[in-house]
Amino acid sequence: MENDKSNEELRVGVFVCHCGTNIGGFVDVPSVAEYAKTLPGVVFAMDNLYTCAEDGLAAIKNAIKEHKLNRVVVASCTPRTHAPLFQATVEEAGLNKYLFTFVNIREHCSWVHMKEKEKATEKARDLVRMGVARVKLLSPQEEPRIPVEKSALVIGGGVAGMTAAHSLAKMGFPVHLVEKEKELGGFVRNLNNLYVTTKDATETIMPLIEKVKSHPNIKVYLNSKVSNVHGFIGNFDVKIKPNDKDEEVEHKVGSIIVATGAIEYTKEALYGYNVYKNVVTLTEFEIMCKNKTLPKVKNVAFIQCAGSRGQDVSYCSRICCNVAIKNAINIVDNYDNLLGIAEQTGKAVEEVPVEPKAPTEVLERRRRRSSRGRGREDEEVAEEVKRGPGERIEVTIFNRDIMSYGIAHELYFNKAREKRVRFVRYKPDRRPEVIMDGDKLMIKYFHETLAVEREMPVDLVILSTPLIAQPDAEDISRLLKVPCGQDGFFLEAHVKLRPVDFATDGVFVCGTARGPADITESIEQAEAAASRAATPLAAGYVQAEAIMAHVDQEICSGCGTCIDVCPYGAITKNEEGLAEVVAAACKGCGCCGASCPENAISMTNYTDEQLMAEALAALKEAI
Amino acid sequence: MVIGGGIAGIQASLDLADKGIPVHLVEKSPSIGGRMAQLDKTFPTNDCSICILAPKMADCFGHPNINVMTYSEVKEVSGKAGDFTVKILKKSRFVDETKCTGCCECIEKCPTKVPNEWEQNLGVRRAIYIPFMQAVPRVVTIDRDVCRKLTEDKCGVCAKVCKREAIDYEMKDQEGEINVSAIVVATGYDLWDPSVAPEYGYGKYPNVFTAMEYERMINAAGPTGGHIKRRSDGEHPKKMAFIQCVGSRNPQMGHPYCCAVCCMFSVKESMLAREHYDDIESTIFYKDLRTCSKNFYEYTERARNDYGVRTINSDGTVKENPENKNPIVVYDVGGRPVEEEFDIVVLASTLIPRKDAADMAKMLGIKADEWGFYTSPDRVMNPGETNVSGIFVAGYCAGPADIPESVAQGSGVAAKAFEVLAGSER
Repeated sequence: MENDKSNEELRVGVFVCHCGTNIGGFVDVPSVAEYAKTLPGVVFAMDNLYTCAEDGLAAIKNAIKEHKLNRVVVASCTPRTHAPLFQATVEEAGLNKYLFTFVNIREHCSWVHMKEKEKATEKARDLVRMGVARVKLLSPQEEPRIPVEKSALVIGGGVAGMTAAHSLAKMGFPVHLVEKEKELGGFVRNLNNLYVTTKDATETIMPLIEKVKSHPNIKVYLNSKVSNVHGFIGNFDVKIKPNDKDEEVEHKVGSIIVATGAIEYTKEALYGYNVYKNVVTLTEFEIMCKNKTLPKVKNVAFIQCAGSRGQDVSYCSRICCNVAIKNAINIVDNYDNLLGIAEQTGKAVEEVPVEPKAPTEVLERRRRRSSRGRGREDEEVAEEVKRGPGERIEVTIFNRDIMSYGIAHELYFNKAREKRVRFVRYKPDRRPEVIMDGDKLMIKYFHETLAVEREMPVDLVILSTPLIAQPDAEDISRLLKVPCGQDGFFLEAHVKLRPVDFATDGVFVCGTARGPADITESIEQAEAAASRAATPLAAGYVQAEAIMAHVDQEICSGCGTCIDVCPYGAITKNEEGLAEVVAAACKGCGCCGASCPENAISMTNYTDEQLMAEALAALKEAI
Repeated sequence: MVIGGGIAGIQASLDLADKGIPVHLVEKSPSIGGRMAQLDKTFPTNDCSICILAPKMADCFGHPNINVMTYSEVKEVSGKAGDFTVKILKKSRFVDETKCTGCCECIEKCPTKVPNEWEQNLGVRRAIYIPFMQAVPRVVTIDRDVCRKLTEDKCGVCAKVCKREAIDYEMKDQEGEINVSAIVVATGYDLWDPSVAPEYGYGKYPNVFTAMEYERMINAAGPTGGHIKRRSDGEHPKKMAFIQCVGSRNPQMGHPYCCAVCCMFSVKESMLAREHYDDIESTIFYKDLRTCSKNFYEYTERARNDYGVRTINSDGTVKENPENKNPIVVYDVGGRPVEEEFDIVVLASTLIPRKDAADMAKMLGIKADEWGFYTSPDRVMNPGETNVSGIFVAGYCAGPADIPESVAQGSGVAAKAFEVLAGSER
């Protein structure tokens, strides 16, 4: 590449823009153009009122032809918005677009030095001189198109993975869906119902499971794991291994979606978990509801943020408040149904002592007051009354903040309050305590409003513990060279604008593998991931960057530093143990070049030679 | 076709265009960018909002498969999935978009000043204007309601100073028709006017602001150059209160729902205040501090511990100390009302569907809930779908969502639209 220019006489053209008065009002533009003419190698220079307007662009094209320019410098606004335009223009005139350099004299001169026209002009001259020094050393580049394998791998057969696979299949792309368990469905299979519907959760997702199983474009691998991944966007070689066999299946895929889900956190002795009977987690409770094995109870308490929000893990698990509210409503509305089979199978626990029945007027007063919908009033009134047999179940939710965000969740929260579910707030420095008083399970808590310690008997304590990352998330992270965050969940490329992308091209993430999310959010993310994953498959190729890293194999010692620092997983070791850049994955960021202890890595058109030339040009006047 | 050029619509457009699908992106206002372009920073990283958005806006505008139609409105839709006919009104800017380079010399010379709606009317703009510096396309627009040339046939200064001869006072609105296979609706939200609720004193007490006013004030490119100023005396406040759920989670006000983003933006705004001024102390009055996405709780803890943000679990209403125009927040401690004086109060007022959301729903035949958010027949398993095949919804118009959720939904409906297109081909 470097040789292309050696025999050619350098003929640089410089175009300096007034941008109306935007630059022209604060920089002596004509004098900058005149100055450019004096620089070695410059055979043509002019100033334009608007370089980006049609006449300005035509002037560039004419000058390239008329003066046989083989290098072009435009000094104007920002490359961010205008580089593609000028690059296209020089290309129309038959010049490789990498033989063009942008100099920003608007942001760097006129805008920041508005009150110092002379100095702004001097700086513009310096920048133009640097640009000319640089452009002379540039070499023409191509952006190779790399063909793409038009199929995808989805890891995880829960709702997110199935949705992503089904979406891709509907678009016409073959999908390999890998699930480590023996059936599809994931976490939702544990659940009783999904909020907003009272339908059985597994029943709700059954149509999706059936569609995935029967779609001709989807191949489902149950009881299997992804054992190996090699390659880059558009060209991944993956190996799928059944859990019980050694023989692996090999496939080539263009995109990979990680939808491996999450698990529920548990800890011995957390609020008496696994110490006292009838202390269960939210999911264990759902399983009990689903299997109709609930014990017979009168008082149920949920403890929110059990283990989360700074107790054991730092984060908020997002979904537990709404799941607790859903279950609280289920208990109040539908307890006998949940209990039914349990009584038949004799699994119900012994009844708790019967309390004297509350006088009717107290109940009536309580109903009136609570219908006003303020949780705090509920809570105080509920203290006054004692229940008798055949009455409703009392449900208390100990919470810090109720995360019923949005429309449906908030309306559910209101519904729970209307149904006289008690919400008792606690602070992290005074958490409720689950204790055993003789053979009676009790909750000791601090009543914030009344500022007193209280105790209440409970028959069942449900701990809203957070979702945590899958234990094998780290293995997948290593396999795919994608990062996990401090919380253990997979870390997306950008928190705001790239929620389902990884920094590594061609690999995407969705669902609870990315962090706590409810089913609808997981589905939204899964469809988003399907869209992102489909983009290279639909295009049929990926356009590699021309500006990329090159490893000098003669100098490389194979230390692997560059592999560790590369944010895009674009460097691998070849058979000789030396670093090799994957063109399709490299973004030309330069991290590897900066970190290489042997100085073996250089960037296209940002070589040391080119950068030094520019830097020396900056100092030239000063010297 | 994508209706709405905010972040959800931009993402849907880019995702489809990158798959080789031609997209018409129709935006009502003069620039794409939407609400995100109006915000100062974004939680939980405090990244500059327009700085991360602008490259996407440029990508969108420069994409060979995207036809960006700004200052345009959808007037009529007929047909069905795979074959919709759409009538679009392209409003006249009175400026030739192909000639205007966005140099803005005309703006400086324009004599007519009107309140700047982009800046929540805290500043002024001219009759010829660009909504904000990073507007895409960077083309000026003449406000036909206030321009003296267009209303009284006087002035005409902009045409005189424009060296590109881009000004055309005779330019007419144009109606056009396009044919599309699928439609994505991503029209975003409006801001509820809290002056309806007198207990917050907005519009009555000068030092009560809305959160969006605050966003514009604290933005370096905003009307006060990034300085927080009291409306009564221009002094910078030392003690600020943020009141949450103003109008929302409030059936009496007609919005029982939670807006899902206000807790986080108020935490952010209180942190930004501290970043601008060491001596500012902020207090957030909240019902539940809903900080329930990745790193949100940790962010809130950082606000409390490192930025000295005080959080009080109570509603708040506002009175005023008439002597110094300081707002007084009345709140609840253990059931007793407490009064505390602040320098300014910022209201996290409800985000509501666009005021023309119902008209849009009617035109498209899609269903909305009682507040005007577009709904999906199967909310749990098929978000983004509507009752009309081939029409999809994304972003805040389909219910409260933050930026990453809107982006995911934008990509998600792009997948659904692409399924329609891919399906029709096969």
